[in-house]
This record gives sequence, structure tokens and C-alpha cells, in this order.
Amino acid sequence: MQWDWSAVGEFMPMFWDGVLVTLQALVLGVIVAFTLGLVWALAQRSRLKVVRWPVTVVTEFIRNTPLLVQLFFLYFVLPEWGITFSALTTGVIGLGLHYSTYTAEVYRAGIDGVPAGQWEAATALSLPRSRTWFAVILPQAIRRVVPALGNYVVAMLKDSPLISTIGVLEMLGEARQFGSITFQMVEPLVVVGIAFIVIAYPASLLLRALERRLVR
Amino acid sequence: MSEITPGLWELVFKGLWITVQLTVYSAAFGGVVALVVGLARTHRLWIVRFVSGVYFEIFRGTSALVFMFLVFFALPMGFGWQLVPMWAAVLAMGLTYGAYGSEVVRGAVSAVAPAQREAGIALSFTPAQSLRKIILPQAWPDMVPPLNNLLIELLKGTALVSILGVGDISFAGQLVRNATGQSGPIYTVILVMYFVLAFVLTRGMRVLERQARAGIGQAPPKKGGLTSRLGIRQQNQIAAGGEG
Amino acid sequence: MSADSTPNDPNVSTTKETANPAVDGSELIRFDKVTKRFGSNTVLDELDFSVASGKHVTLIGPSGSGKTTILRLLMTLMKPDEGTIKVGGEYLTHEERGGKLVPAGERHVREVRKNIGMVFQQFNLFPNMKVLRNITEAPVHVLGLSKDEADERARELLDQVGLGDRCDAYPTQLSGGQQQRVAIARALAMRPQVLLLDEVTSALDPELVAGVLDVLRDIAQTTDITMLCVTHEMNFARDISDKVLMFDSGRIIESGSAEKIFGDPDHERTREFLSAVL
Repeated sequence: MQWDWSAVGEFMPMFWDGVLVTLQALVLGVIVAFTLGLVWALAQRSRLKVVRWPVTVVTEFIRNTPLLVQLFFLYFVLPEWGITFSALTTGVIGLGLHYSTYTAEVYRAGIDGVPAGQWEAATALSLPRSRTWFAVILPQAIRRVVPALGNYVVAMLKDSPLISTIGVLEMLGEARQFGSITFQMVEPLVVVGIAFIVIAYPASLLLRALERRLVR
Repeated sequence: MSEITPGLWELVFKGLWITVQLTVYSAAFGGVVALVVGLARTHRLWIVRFVSGVYFEIFRGTSALVFMFLVFFALPMGFGWQLVPMWAAVLAMGLTYGAYGSEVVRGAVSAVAPAQREAGIALSFTPAQSLRKIILPQAWPDMVPPLNNLLIELLKGTALVSILGVGDISFAGQLVRNATGQSGPIYTVILVMYFVLAFVLTRGMRVLERQARAGIGQAPPKKGGLTSRLGIRQQNQIAAGGEG
Repeated sequence: MSADSTPNDPNVSTTKETANPAVDGSELIRFDKVTKRFGSNTVLDELDFSVASGKHVTLIGPSGSGKTTILRLLMTLMKPDEGTIKVGGEYLTHEERGGKLVPAGERHVREVRKNIGMVFQQFNLFPNMKVLRNITEAPVHVLGLSKDEADERARELLDQVGLGDRCDAYPTQLSGGQQQRVAIARALAMRPQVLLLDEVTSALDPELVAGVLDVLRDIAQTTDITMLCVTHEMNFARDISDKVLMFDSGRIIESGSAEKIFGDPDHERTREFLSAVL
């Protein structure tokens, strides 16, 4: 096998397109995951069993089954029910939904980590429930879990190539397309592989610094 | 549109068997990698720590799917056709999840009280004896729950090999979808199968953890709520628990 | 805060007549056969007692005797297993509906609870809020005060507890004693009729205790707030208490004036306890 630098050069324009799509999917997916996860976490602390149970069952199910199959499910089954999204939207929903079940656990741990005295003080001051959550508990809980949430951003980045399987041309998708046209597969794959490390490594360094600052 | 025929069901169950094999082999290989790299990262020689650290950092940033593509395309095609995809997959999964596992091993080993090491030295144990008789037995119970999480991740990760043509259940799912022209039933079946596998794995690991704790005289962990009754509860290893 | 500001201030009273009795020694708190268990451990055993409006009552006794449980029941941080509690003539955790007593709804509990404030052993200040907002949060969002009103009230209270210059500090930047004084100001900002003090100096370094107790003495002397106090500071208890209740194993074994209990207790257990702590 010969390493071909010219293939790398030819791949670069497609690569940059892929980077943009990857980042777009990541940012949107993260927004979905962070918001939905908070919804799940709050629902799991609901006083109503009819809210708690279904949410727990559904999130456990999603977390313990492969993202890949979930993407296929969303991509192929939803249209059978008459719901059609673009491939990128499907990918964002799939990625976000899958990781929302992880962030839900993170939020939950963060909420559990707020000392009982904070709830008691809020009760003693007769603060309404919504105020207790949004002014007292969540600001403290989220501060504690920022590093853990950040780790899932990195994890989502690393799982984002999965959406190439439903036809989204993010970095890996572009590499595969390049390979299918030119039959040069190794060069674009190496470029993409290095790109992931180059993005993920500083991110994880940043997160560790953040962790030292926030979690004392 | 048509029903899933017995022949197609056979395909699904063959795929299920492949998935189980992939999980077992990758976990075994990954376990060895995790132990070796994890211990290397606590080694007293800096060069050993450095090299194993680099290995960990690279895989921390690597996308498993991209790495798998690399292994499949860059590996010399010297072996027989059928053998390669399965073992290439095991290699890729083992190296990736072994790297994650090394962090678990490293953490648990460095959490064992220094006094325990000193006791080993005082009794003139060799480092290997000390590791085998003192350090690992104490670190093991703390490793089991995070390793369970990793095992579930690995099980889910095996689905990736279907993209590269290994005939696991996800692959069988695509074949059935093409044959029946329907996606809903088969993908539902397949998701449930993964869930059941995850359930079984978690149950097994729970037993393992109880034995490990009993083995060093600790009480079994407390029972949780609904999720622990479902048997699949992933504790997040985050710093959120501690106060202040 | 001046002496007359609490009982005569319109902000203190709720709409209900019964919630704002004059300070005439009428009954403000009543426990009626209250039982509380934790598992098989009975912490309070058919407890009866009442506290008159404006009085300062100290609960003493060995740890585990149920003193703190009483405060936590009053603050609705826990529910009694049996029996009823009345505050200002209103049932705390029950409601009368059609002549029957039923467990109270959230709104009823909240309404009655507004008359009660509490200071905790561990302060429980909100670490994500500055000192001033710790104090104004509840007046603004529970009593509906304007931000300016609440700020002004908070600053007055901070002056009173000697921390007028620390409005913009975060709780973690304060000493334990300072934090506890902020917590006292926070409780007072709600203008409660009843103030519950749960071992408020137990978590403090010894040299910081005096400052907090001085603030509380000042409040006891200059206001008509009814105080229920669990403490191990016997000198403080002797100074401020109109009445002392001696607890043992979930029951009141002796009660009386501070002079009586500290000077010449009737009960052997009381004598033992006091000789151990004094």
C-alpha cells in the first residue's frame, strides 16, 4: 500500500465541507441533548408516577440500545408513519435523543448532589416550587456537572460519524464518498481520524481545567 | 410488503449470535488491554507511564467508527476473506474500549490506600505478589460498576461492524428490511434484542460485583429505585456527588 | 429592626385574623398527641405541648431526644405520623373539610408556613446568590414585595446583625459566624411570627459563637417574635428563655421557667443532664 499525498490534497475541499457539517450536527445535537436531558431529569423527580415511570423506562431503553440502530429506526420507520425529516435533521434528533438519556443522568446526579439543607432552606422560606428549582437548585446542580456534560460533548463528537450511515456528508461521509469515487480510502480516513483527535484533545484538556476550577 | 419469514428469523438469530461473539471476544481482548495499559499508567518508570498515557489520549479522541474503517481498510488482506472482518472488528473494539477501561483500572488501583502497598513492602512481597494479592483484589470491586457501563457501551458499539459488512444483528436488520420492505417491526425487534442483552450483562455484572465485595468483606451495594429493578442502571462517574 | 416593627407591621400578617393574634400570651403553637417514628425508633411519643405568643421557649435534653424533630415538624420539613399541630389556630398539616380532618393541600401548608422562619445548624445559605439576594429572594417571590422594598428591608437587617458592608459578598467568602448572622437576617426578612433556631451555634468555631448569640439576644429583647430554640448554650438559654422544656426519649419530662429548671429542677434526669453539660 502506497501513501499518496496528492489524494490528501484532492480530499481537502471535501474534508472542509465535512468539518462544517460535523460541527453543525454537533452543536444542534448538543442543544437537543442538553435540553431534553434536563426535561427527563426533572420528569424523573416528578411526584406523579405516571410521569416518572414512562420516562424512566424510555430513557433506560434508549440508553441501552445502539445509536446506530436508533438512527436507522428514525430514518426508515418515521417515514412509514408519515413523518419525514432530512437526513441531517434525523441525525441531529437521533444523536441528541440518544445523548439526552446520558445528560439526564448527569443532571440527576447534580441535583442529588445539592445538599438537603438547600431544599430545607427553600421550604423554610416558603419559596414556590418553580423558584426553588430555577433559582436555588438548578444553578448549583448545573455548575457541578458542567465538566461531565462537557465530556458528553466530546463523546457526541466521536459518535457523530454514525450519521454518515443515513447519508449525511459529515467528515466520515465525505471520506467514504471520496473513497468510492477514487478508490483511495486510507488517505481520507487518516485525515479524518487525525481531525477528530485534533478537535477532541484540546477539548478534553479544556474540560479538565474546567473541572479543577468548578468542582472543588 | 411481507411478513418476516422463518428464513429471515434464522438470519436474525444468526446475527444475534455474531453480536454475542463479538461482544465476548472484544470484551476479553479489551479487558487484557485495559489491565495492561491501566497498570502501565501507574508504573514507577515515567517512560512507561508516558507511552501508555499517549495510547489512552489518542483513543480518547478517536472516533470508534473512523478507527474501525481504518482497521478494515488499512489492514493487509493476507488472511482468508471470512476471517478478517470479524477479527478486525474484535481488534478495533478491543483496542478502543481497552483504552477506556485502562482509565477505570488506573483510577481503582491508585485509589487503594498507600498503607496497603507499604504493608506489602513490609511483608517483603515482590511487586507482582503485592499487585496480585493486595492491590487488585481491593481495586476490583470498585472497577466492576464502571466496567459494566463500558461493557454496555461495547455491546452497543458492536453494531458499528454492520456498516463494514460483518453479519451481526444490525446487519441482519438491514437484510430483513430490504426483504420485507418494512422497517418498523424488524428495527423494533432488534432494539429489544439489544436491550435484553444489556439487561443480561448488567445482571451478570451485578452478581460479579456482589461476589467481589463479599470477597473483601464489604456489604453489597444498596438497592435503588425502579431502574435498578429493571437491572440496567448506569451510575455516572462524575464529581457531582461530593459536597463543596 | 426596632421593637415595634414586627407585630404592628401590616406586612407581617396574612389575610387571616387568626394568623396575627396580639401578643397577649394566647396560644400560638399547639402539639396534640404528636407521634413521629423513624423506622422502629419512636422519636416523639404522643407529645402534647403549647407555646404562647411572644414567648421564648428553649428545648433541652440529650441528643436524640426529639428536640430537633419538633422544629422540623413545625417547619413542615417532615410530617407527623400521628397527631396534629396547630399554628395560630390553623392546622399545619391538616385541613378541616366537612367537619373532618384531612391531610392539607400544598397551598394550605404554604399559607400557614409563611408565619414560621427557621435558622439552621449549617446555615444553608444559597451559595449561588450574594448575601443581599439570599435575603431578598423570598420577600420578593413569596411576599410579593418590590425589589426596592426588599432591598431596603434586607439592608436594615444586615445593619442590625452587623454585616451592613457585606451585601455583595458570596456566602463562601464569609466566616461561619457571619454566614449564620446572614441566615438570621434572611429568616427575619419574612417577618415571621415564629422563629425556629436549630442548634444555630453548633457548627461554629468557639470564638464566633458569641457574636451570633448577641444578635439573637438582641432580637429576643427588642421584638415580640415567638422563639423556639434548640441549643446546647445553657447560659444563652437561661438569659432569653421564658420557659424551658426538658426532653428525654421523645417526651417532655419537665418544664418550667429558666430559673426553676436551671436552678432547682425536680427531675433526676434533668439534674444529670445539666450537670453533664454545664
